[in-house]
Amino acid sequence: MTRVLGSTLLIVAILGAAGAPVLAPHAIGDQFRGLLNAAPTTPHVVDDSGHWHRPFIYPWTLVSQLEQRYEQDRSTRVPLVWFARGRLVGSADDSRAPLMLLGGDSYGRDVFSRLLFGARISLALSIAAALGSMLMGGLIGGVAGYVGGGIDDLLMRASDFVIVLPAMYVALALRSVLPLVLEPGTVFVLLAAIFAVVGAPFISRGVRAIVRGEKRLDYAVAAASLGAGHTRLLAHHLLPAARSFIVVEITMLVPAFIVAEATLSYVGLGFPDPVASWGTMLRDASNVRTFADFPWLLSPAAAMFLVVLGLNLLMQQTGVVPVMGAPPADARRVSRPALQSK
Amino acid sequence: MLIYIARRAAFAVFLVFAVSSAALVLARLAPGDYVTTSLGIDARRETIEQARARYGLNRSIGEQYRDWVIRAARLDFGQSLIYDRPVADLIPERAANTAVLALTALLAATLVGLPLGVITGSRPGGVVPLAIRATSLILLSMPPLLTSLFLVFVAARTGWLPVGGMSAAGSAGGASLDLLRHLVVPAAALAMPLAAMFERLQAQAMSDVVGQPYVLATLARGVPRSRVVWRDALKAALRPVAALYGLVVGTLLSGSFAVEVITAWPGLGRLMLDALLARDVYLVAGCAAAGSLFLAAGTLMSDAALALVDPSTSE
Repeated sequence: MTRVLGSTLLIVAILGAAGAPVLAPHAIGDQFRGLLNAAPTTPHVVDDSGHWHRPFIYPWTLVSQLEQRYEQDRSTRVPLVWFARGRLVGSADDSRAPLMLLGGDSYGRDVFSRLLFGARISLALSIAAALGSMLMGGLIGGVAGYVGGGIDDLLMRASDFVIVLPAMYVALALRSVLPLVLEPGTVFVLLAAIFAVVGAPFISRGVRAIVRGEKRLDYAVAAASLGAGHTRLLAHHLLPAARSFIVVEITMLVPAFIVAEATLSYVGLGFPDPVASWGTMLRDASNVRTFADFPWLLSPAAAMFLVVLGLNLLMQQTGVVPVMGAPPADARRVSRPALQSK
Repeated sequence: MLIYIARRAAFAVFLVFAVSSAALVLARLAPGDYVTTSLGIDARRETIEQARARYGLNRSIGEQYRDWVIRAARLDFGQSLIYDRPVADLIPERAANTAVLALTALLAATLVGLPLGVITGSRPGGVVPLAIRATSLILLSMPPLLTSLFLVFVAARTGWLPVGGMSAAGSAGGASLDLLRHLVVPAAALAMPLAAMFERLQAQAMSDVVGQPYVLATLARGVPRSRVVWRDALKAALRPVAALYGLVVGTLLSGSFAVEVITAWPGLGRLMLDALLARDVYLVAGCAAAGSLFLAAGTLMSDAALALVDPSTSE
């Protein structure tokens, strides 16, 4: 059950991100100046007199400019049009009554569309960073575990040192000493690199423990005696043994990175404004008064919660408690359940 | 045992030194300095040079660093450029606020999480353990960034609790009660995911122990189940959780950054952020020193606790 629910959440998120250009009724920059912080437009099928129609929405009319309060104009129905202008669904009259399934933000942009496009950046960034951590951590851990001795000591001391540090502050310090205003593409690469560095030690410690253990097993000794070189032995025989550990670790890193991006963007160190990521969207909710009155501005937080929940539900399968930096003893249990029972 | 503690203490000292040095050098290496960020791009070259000379920013990194280390040894951490006050005056108050927040959250999470973990770990079936497990899973998926947004939202909508800051304006009498009311939202936001983490870890450790032959043997001798669980099994099951307390300090500090920013709790996080953005090098180094001091104290205490619970760690 948990597995089905978890994978459903993740599949929905990935499909939403991948299909954003088609699924989103608007582009990320589309502004409706008359609809700042407007409430969601719910699709209806029954009108006030009880007649059935094809799905339609009621347009908003501004009641109070100061409080940004809107009322539905129940006299006009604006029908929804399907598969028009390359989009799955949209309003028939975009200028007067745009379809805003999750309301508008403080610039009058559609929150739902930005949520879908934001998923692309937030998910892609965290997955790229997790893969970076995997490469770096796998390499460091593999070399440390295989070579041993002084190099092992040095690499593991360094890893332990980074693990002890509060990851958020390390990312914050590294990000803020770089130029503050950058192109979105540069920000993406830099953040992915920073997160990869912060996440790598969690992987390298476990990989090192596994490689060290595997190295002494018969199959590795046999491969070595048959003439496998160091690189081949490490890449073909020893590192694959750490595969399931790495998968588990990545499912823990991805949510951490999603949240880290959101935190950095929230304090203004993430992507520059017109770009939509879940963090930059949350920045719009940084004023308490605003988001108490306009709760739909918190929808990126809800999206983050659902994605993290989905990953945690999948983690239930492995029996590992999703805690960053749990001791490598757990790592060995994941990779070799058979060894544990002996 | 003593040697082990001494070695860990040496690591703690190294941690504080390395972190604050790295912070100073990083902040100094960053493009732009306090003068360019505060005077703006229209400032004349001579004005900039004068200001740099006044703040001592025209010296080389090595020179500045050496000077800072020598003075830091005498507990003089330099002058903050934004606040124009000695760093040593600014930091303690903010650090104390962060400590109050983090310790309250840690205490609450331990008091709630561990007993619940014992319950769920010792009894796999039943409605209550299932409900606790489900709640934990949901809270584990809500890092402090999300819990604080959620709690601030609830507090703002209901008006039950203050939504930000540390004290209401002009509340002289009943100051501690006012502080407590302001502490609820940030501390709860920080404690919720942590309690869930403790619950899950404790439950896992507990269920491992409950399956052991010696527990079965004790039960078979007729010792009541609750006594076996809470006395015999718990003692063994505390070890894996105690091992994680050292890592929790880092998690707490990371989490408290998001919480402090969102709930406007005047702690180290906000100060560090402002200092970093304004390139206030000495304040950055001071914040890093204070934060790493927490970290060092936390890891040292958890190392000592672990060495007491599990003598094999100190070998």
